[in-house]
Amino acid sequence: MSFLDVKDLKIHFPTDDGVVKSVDGLTFGLERGQTLGIVGESGSGKSVTSLGILGLHKGGRAKISGEIWLDGEELVSAPAEQVRGLRGKKMAMIFQDPLSSMHPYYTVGHQIIEAYRIHNAVSKQVARKHAVDLLGRVGIPEPGKRVDSYPHEFSGGMRQRAMIAMALSCDPELLIADEPTTALDVTVQAQILDLMRDLQREFNSALIIITHDLGVVAELADDILVMYGGKCVEYGKTDEIFYNPEHPYTWGLLGSMPRLDREPTERLLPIKGSPPSLINVPPGCAFHPRCPYADRTEGRASTEVPDLAPTERGHLVRCHMPRTERRSLWENEIKPVLETQ
Amino acid sequence: MSENEPLLSVRNVEKHFPVTAGLFKKQVAAVKAVDGISFDVFKGETLGLVGESGCGKSTTGRLVTRLLEPTGGSVEFEGRDITHLSQGKLRPLRRDMQMIFQDPYSSLNPRHTVGAIVGAPFRIQGVRTENGVKKAVQDILALVGLNPEHYNRYPHEFSGGQRQRIGIARTLALKPKLIIADEPVSALDVSIQAQVVNLLEDLQKELDLTYVVIAHDLSVVRHISDRVAVMYLGKIVEIADRKRLYSSPMHPYTNALLSAVPVPDPKARKERERIRLKGDVPSPLNPPPACRFHTRCWKAQEICKTVEPPLETLASGHSVACHFPENAPVAAATAGEAGKD
Ligand SMILES: Nc1ncnc2c1ncn2[C@@H]1O[C@H](COP(=O)(O)OP(=O)(O)OP(=O)(O)O)[C@@H](O)[C@H]1O
Ligand SMILES: Nc1ncnc2c1ncn2[C@@H]1O[C@H](COP(=O)(O)OP(=O)(O)OP(=O)(O)O)[C@@H](O)[C@H]1O
Ligand code: SF4
Ligand code: SF4
Ligand SMILES: [Mg+2]
Ligand SMILES: [Mg+2]
Repeated sequence: MSFLDVKDLKIHFPTDDGVVKSVDGLTFGLERGQTLGIVGESGSGKSVTSLGILGLHKGGRAKISGEIWLDGEELVSAPAEQVRGLRGKKMAMIFQDPLSSMHPYYTVGHQIIEAYRIHNAVSKQVARKHAVDLLGRVGIPEPGKRVDSYPHEFSGGMRQRAMIAMALSCDPELLIADEPTTALDVTVQAQILDLMRDLQREFNSALIIITHDLGVVAELADDILVMYGGKCVEYGKTDEIFYNPEHPYTWGLLGSMPRLDREPTERLLPIKGSPPSLINVPPGCAFHPRCPYADRTEGRASTEVPDLAPTERGHLVRCHMPRTERRSLWENEIKPVLETQ
Repeated sequence: MSENEPLLSVRNVEKHFPVTAGLFKKQVAAVKAVDGISFDVFKGETLGLVGESGCGKSTTGRLVTRLLEPTGGSVEFEGRDITHLSQGKLRPLRRDMQMIFQDPYSSLNPRHTVGAIVGAPFRIQGVRTENGVKKAVQDILALVGLNPEHYNRYPHEFSGGQRQRIGIARTLALKPKLIIADEPVSALDVSIQAQVVNLLEDLQKELDLTYVVIAHDLSVVRHISDRVAVMYLGKIVEIADRKRLYSSPMHPYTNALLSAVPVPDPKARKERERIRLKGDVPSPLNPPPACRFHTRCWKAQEICKTVEPPLETLASGHSVACHFPENAPVAAATAGEAGKD
């Protein structure tokens, strides 16, 4: 069993309009010292998954099933109290929006000190020294002074770094970073990504990074999980996903993205249509209304949900198209267009 | 790009926002949001404007469309000085210059139908249409890839990409000559971004439009632009055609920006040389004297702190404001482009 093992996780929200199947049967694992990148369309269930792992849907209206094993402990069936006790030290999260997750009325230092003292029986002075150390480590200039600043007195990049300092205050064994750099400028983003890499190396923690930026996952991740409509559609080693992707949605993502490291292409290759409704998820393969190859699977695309099946090279793909056909499409039609044009 | 007269000509334009304090709103300082910038935009071209958050990109867009009045310098549109035109005199000009905004959600009135939104410019400007406003609106909807039947629907019934199309349709209604697009795709999903980028390119060809595209995403800007201007703290530090700018950037800041972009190629992550900038962008309330980049520049010498480097144009047409520009390119971008000259 891995350090983190998620098995057939389902998180559904009953609403007036129907049940929103935000996460619908997700399975993945992660070892200490490894990084998993989760990418996918807006609304595909990335944030709901991470909140689910932290136990933050407990007590709400969400219907959760499946298993989440963290270092031998099962969290879906565990009482909310027990999961809360794991937050901070065992697992921590950097949220998508740093402003909303820091309290505006307390100084940055106060918030780090409190987070630290929940799990560590130390004096205020010791905790304060720890907070100053951490702020220095994440690159806040003059941490001894800035520890007494309020969140609004920090720039966006500094706030994000302070959030990271807070999440790291108890050296969590699992760190989930939800779009940690989306709101930041590229030069600040580069600093933050370096920082996360260094910290992970130092503490050997497991890291989940959620992003829409394929560049960010290419830099950090060992494994990549691609989500679409609440389900995993492709999952494997980072190199496999980039150099031998087999799912039409992953192809679409790669074709949509202008790249600085290649000759500029004449035209981008967008995915047609728009993301699916999670209340009326398209039947069969959720991607079929947008998939250029939907007609190649003899009507099964719209009637039968494809299995997440392993390829010879060992990564997982959820698509009805025969493997040989996918390989040949990638090699002969998709890859040449993406790489030259 | 044409050799003829520029459509838009900006000279030493400034916008200093007053900072007031006390009962009598006495001015105590000024935010130098835009501090003496000059550039031309030629008919049919796309000028990209990049730079980090707060450097003055949006303010520049608002100044050249005269949504804001400059506090210094001049703006000429089709050879006519519009720097200080009154609102009344500006009205006919508003048809020719349109702005597309970042947020497709907040810029559409939720209580108006798509027909009313896209048709509003005709009514406001009192424009007569050959077969009635409805027909004209439906033609524009078709042009941006929406269904004419969408005429009576409301914004909330559309996806993000579709809403951005509605926003674009509205700006096209009056057949503008110049479109300033302020972060037109940054709020959209990757797959949808590509649809909108392609749409902007198609419309440019079809309608002979001239664009200024403001974006912080350097890959998108390279894809869409003919020339690119880089801003730092209210100044333009470099302008060049995109090939030169991305393959042999001269300003140290441009070099740092390009090297910070994460590249979606896992194998490249080990090989890449990164320029790491220290610190955040300084406050525009109190920008560093002389070269504003000197507080973060690894090449800074004494002269950089005392003498402001002017934006000088080289024989190649490449303009840069730096005492010690990089001439051996350290581009993160492709080597391929450099060879094609
Ligand atoms: N509390 C809730 N009640 C009902 N639906 C919800 C709730 N929370 C999330 N959802 C829905 O679940 C789906 C997945 O949301 P999630 O936030 O996980 O998306 P995401 O993949 O993180 O997207 P993004 O990239 O935009 O952050 C969305 O359709 C969202 O509207
Ligand atoms: N009305 C205003 N009054 C005072 N300061 C302003 C005003 N509008 C903008 N500023 C300031 O001017 C500077 C430039 O702002 P601007 O919005 O042009 O930046 P930007 O480059 O578009 O940034 P972003 O990428 O975040 O959109 C910022 O410091 C901003 O706070
Ligand atoms: S199952 Fe069919 S519709 Fe779905 S991704 Fe594969 S080819 Fe496309
Ligand atoms: S003028 Fe000096 S400080 Fe400014 S960018 Fe050039 S080398 Fe750096
Ligand atoms: Mg999210
Ligand atoms: Mg802006």
